[in-house]
Order: sequence, then C-alpha cells, then structure tokens
Amino acid sequence: MSDKTKKTCAQSTENTQSMAGNIPMLSIENVTKIFHRGTVNEKVALNGIAMTLDEGDFVTVIGGNGAGKSTLLNAVAGVFAIDSGKVIIDGIDVTKMPEHKRASVVARVFQDPMIGTAASMNIEENLALAGMRGKRRTLSWNVNKKDKATYRELVASLELGLESRMNAKVELLSGGQRQALTLLMATLNKPKLLLLDEHTAALDPKTAAKVLALTEQITAANNQTTIMITHNMKDALTYGNKIVMMNEGEVIFTAQGEEKQKLTVSDLLTKFHELGDENDRILLS
Amino acid sequence: MLFLRTIPGAISLGLIWGVMAIGLYISYKILDFADLTVDGSICTGAVVCATLMNVGVPMPVALLIAVLAGCVCGLITGMFHTLMGIPPILSGILTQLALWSVNLKILGKAHESLNGDKVFLLVQQMNQWQTILIMLGIVAVLTGLLYWFFGTKIGSAIRATGCNERMARAQGINTKAAKVLGLAVSNGVVALSGALLCQYLSSADINMGRGAIVTGLAAVIIGLAVVSRISSNFAVRLIGVVVGAIIYFTVYQFIVNLGFDTDLLKLLSALLVALFLAIPYWKNKYYRKRPRCKEKTAQGGDSNVGQN
Repeated sequence: MSDKTKKTCAQSTENTQSMAGNIPMLSIENVTKIFHRGTVNEKVALNGIAMTLDEGDFVTVIGGNGAGKSTLLNAVAGVFAIDSGKVIIDGIDVTKMPEHKRASVVARVFQDPMIGTAASMNIEENLALAGMRGKRRTLSWNVNKKDKATYRELVASLELGLESRMNAKVELLSGGQRQALTLLMATLNKPKLLLLDEHTAALDPKTAAKVLALTEQITAANNQTTIMITHNMKDALTYGNKIVMMNEGEVIFTAQGEEKQKLTVSDLLTKFHELGDENDRILLS
Repeated sequence: MLFLRTIPGAISLGLIWGVMAIGLYISYKILDFADLTVDGSICTGAVVCATLMNVGVPMPVALLIAVLAGCVCGLITGMFHTLMGIPPILSGILTQLALWSVNLKILGKAHESLNGDKVFLLVQQMNQWQTILIMLGIVAVLTGLLYWFFGTKIGSAIRATGCNERMARAQGINTKAAKVLGLAVSNGVVALSGALLCQYLSSADINMGRGAIVTGLAAVIIGLAVVSRISSNFAVRLIGVVVGAIIYFTVYQFIVNLGFDTDLLKLLSALLVALFLAIPYWKNKYYRKRPRCKEKTAQGGDSNVGQN
C-alpha cells in the first residue's frame, strides 16, 4: 500500500489523461499561483498542479490548512489570475476568462453560508439570479410566473419546508437552509463544473449530513462533474469516485475507483503523519 | 402661525429633495456605495437645466439632458472605482471636485437666475400648491420606474451586487458594470432633483450642492425609520425616503422659525445625521443577536421588488 501511495500526482494524472479517450471536463495543467510575489510574505500557494476530471467525476480534496485547496478552486473559478499554467474546461481554455464569465460553466458553493446567497433578496429572486448565470441579463422581469412554479418545485425537492416561504428574505433562513439553497442555485443551470469549498464545515453535524446527502443526490441525478473540498476524511472517502490529497500547494496523493474504495481514514491519517517532518521543518525555518 | 404658513414651502422643498434622496438611496442602500458625487451632480443637474432653458431649450428637453448629465457624473465615479481601483468615497470626492469646475464652465458664472416670465418653470415658489401636485406626480412616476427597473434582470443584478458582491460574481454578474450602471442611475435621479430645484428657486448657483449628501442621508435615514415597520416593499421604501425629506425640511423650517442661528444649521444637520447613523451601530453593540450578513443586512430594504 505504502509503495503505491508514494506515486506522485504527476504520474497518476498522466495516467488518467491517457486513459480518457474523449476531452476531459476539466483539465488543470501545471498551474502555479504565488501570493505576494517578491515580498517577504511570498507564498507559493499552488506549485505546478495538474489534474484531470472526466465528465461525471466527483473528486474530494483533502489537505491541511494552507495546503492550497481553496486556492485551487479559486484558480479554477477565476477569482484571480494564475501565474502560470492552464485551466481548460470541456476543451475551452478559460485561463484568461474573468470570473463572472467563467461562472457560465463553473458554479460554486462556499464554506460560509452567508456568501452564497443575497441576504436581502428573497428565495425566488436568488434562484432567478442563479438561473441567469451565463445568460444575457435583460430588462425583462426578474421572476416570471413560469419560473415561480419551477422554483417552487425545486425548493420543495429540498424537503426543508421552504416552498411555502418563497417570498421570505434569505437572511431569515438558517445556515443549513441557506447552504441547501445555494447548492440548488449552483446546480440550477447544470454547470459543467461544480466547486464545493468545505460547504458543510460551518454547519452542525446533523445539518451537514443533510446537505451532503442532498449534494450526492443532486450530483448523481445530473451526472455532475464536481470538486469537493472537505476537512472530514470520512466524507472524503464516502463521497465521490476520486480523492486528492494536497500539501504545500502540491498534489501528494490521488486515488480513484476501487483503490479509493479500499482506503480507510487511518490510511489517510498515516499519509498526513508522513508529512509531519516536513511541516515541522517549515515551522522551524 | 408663521410656521404654518411655511409648511407648503417645506413640503415642496421636501418633495424636490426627496427625489435626490431616492437617488442617494440607490447608491447608499441598494449598491452599498457611499457616493459623494451627489454634491456635484445635483449642481450639474441645476446648471445644465438653467443654462439650457436660458438659451431657449424647452423645459422637458432641458430636464432630460440634465438627467443624462447626471448619469455621466455617476459613470465617471463608477469608472474611477472599477477601472482605476480607487475606493468608493475617494472616487466620489474626485468627481465632485472635478464637477465644481465643470459646473462653473457650464454656467459661465457663479450664479444665474431663471426668469419665470421668459421661461416655463415646472415648479416654482410662487405657486406652492401647484408645485406640490406636480412633485407628487413626479415622485409617483419615478417610484414606478425604479420599481420596475430594480425588478428586472438587470436591476436585480445591481441589487445582488450591492448585497453580496462575491455571490453576484459567482452567479456570473459583471459586478463592475453593475456598479457603474447603478451609480449612473443614482446620479441621474440626483441631477433630476437639481434641475427641479433650480426651477423652484428660479436660479442656479455653483454652491447649491454643498452638503447635499448630508441632507439626502438625513432624508433616507428618517424615511426608512418611519416606513421600515410598515412594509419592506421597495416602492414603499422609496416613498418613505421622500417622506423623510419632507419631515427633514419641516423640522428645519420649524427650527429656523424658532429664531435659531441659521449659520449653525449645517452643523446641526451634520450632528443629526451622525447621531442617526450611530443608532443602528449602538443597537448592534448592546443588543447583539446572532451574527448576520455583516452590516449589510441592516440595509435590507429592497427585497420585495419583483414579487407579484
């Protein structure tokens, strides 16, 4: 087992690339991001990351604080310009595409339930905003009658009883409800890529489980290509067909399919402990 | 008795400034952008309207061009902020300062009168009741237009940008464009107020915008305090803001009638607005409830647009 795990990320992604006959849904090529370049605070957040996702892949990403997990998602979403490398979504190079344009193919759910929705707008209006993602916004009425019925049905499918509160401001909802709504908004237009950045970390365990179940339900139904960051190693193993472990801006381990299914939490913990030395060295330097 | 006789005048002024307060509501509350451009753009509206009317341009055309001039002012502030990365307050101050020169050039001098015998004035001090009726009509039409606009896809994108910029971008909204557009609309409305004000006062003055933002803010805060318990409907809030302006000018008139030193009125206005702005902060500090969407939910406001 340990021999296998020492396989570097570069090798395994090359493998998956050669295995996939058609165009991958997401291809991250040698992406590097350095924050505060040229200052004493210089930090290599992403160091030549490469990763390939086929359509319908559900990848869970784990790693310690500062491993570059969120930076990776932000690089894919286009929050900032990357220093080198390429991000290719469904064959289209989006490396230079600004965030709001990339949103037509990339949808996100953030860790903080407050970030995913517009608090002072109601449920319908939030869904309508998401419904226009990637489309041209016009002077037509934001929520029309036909949409209302569709949104109501969708919200009812969450089974949170929110369908009777379609006109309630989102600020009145609980964190879990907001996160469920954000998930619905993110998947409303069936994006090519769904990015989940520890979207259950701020929720209580029961709500988190519910939102995760919902995540699985929606992604399975849509054959949704997804990247999910999580701190919970059990979740990382339970969900998805691929797992990626990151450290210091690099992918240090990947597994997929059967290999992933065989992994246990203690396997992952061992790998984290193997990194211990390195982390200590950095602390001391 | 003297005070009662001044009430119609206070209402007229309140309605005209209420239009300005509506413009400020758009930038300050909907867009969450403290836009100091308004001190300049209200004056721009006045000087453009007065200059055009004095050279024989029909009043409605002059009014329209004044509004467009205001939109351009907002556009410039928006571009300072979005294209050049200048913080909101500084962007507004820069435009405001620049506008002082521009306004002076447009007017050609520091003060220009409008002769009611030669040009048609839509609103005038000589005829208070007519002014009040016309202003009520203008406020109604403006409220209707803005209710419609902020209920559309584009308007909603602006509201989302003001409420939660990260979310807006994640939903594919070009937040820079949304901000620029919102500021243009806001300053267009402010300029409309200026154009009406110069007709009402029968003159345009290069200094008429000084401290306008404080007056406008006072109107917004008073107005929202009055209507926030009644309804969170967008149209109701806009009208509330106008009511706030009327209350402000009525109280102002009352204080003047008491014989208060008018030199100190700006000091009083500033302190009053500071106090009003502090109240929600103090409330939050002492009655802290569950954490909410930063301070932004306090603006609340505009949520009911698009219903029905």
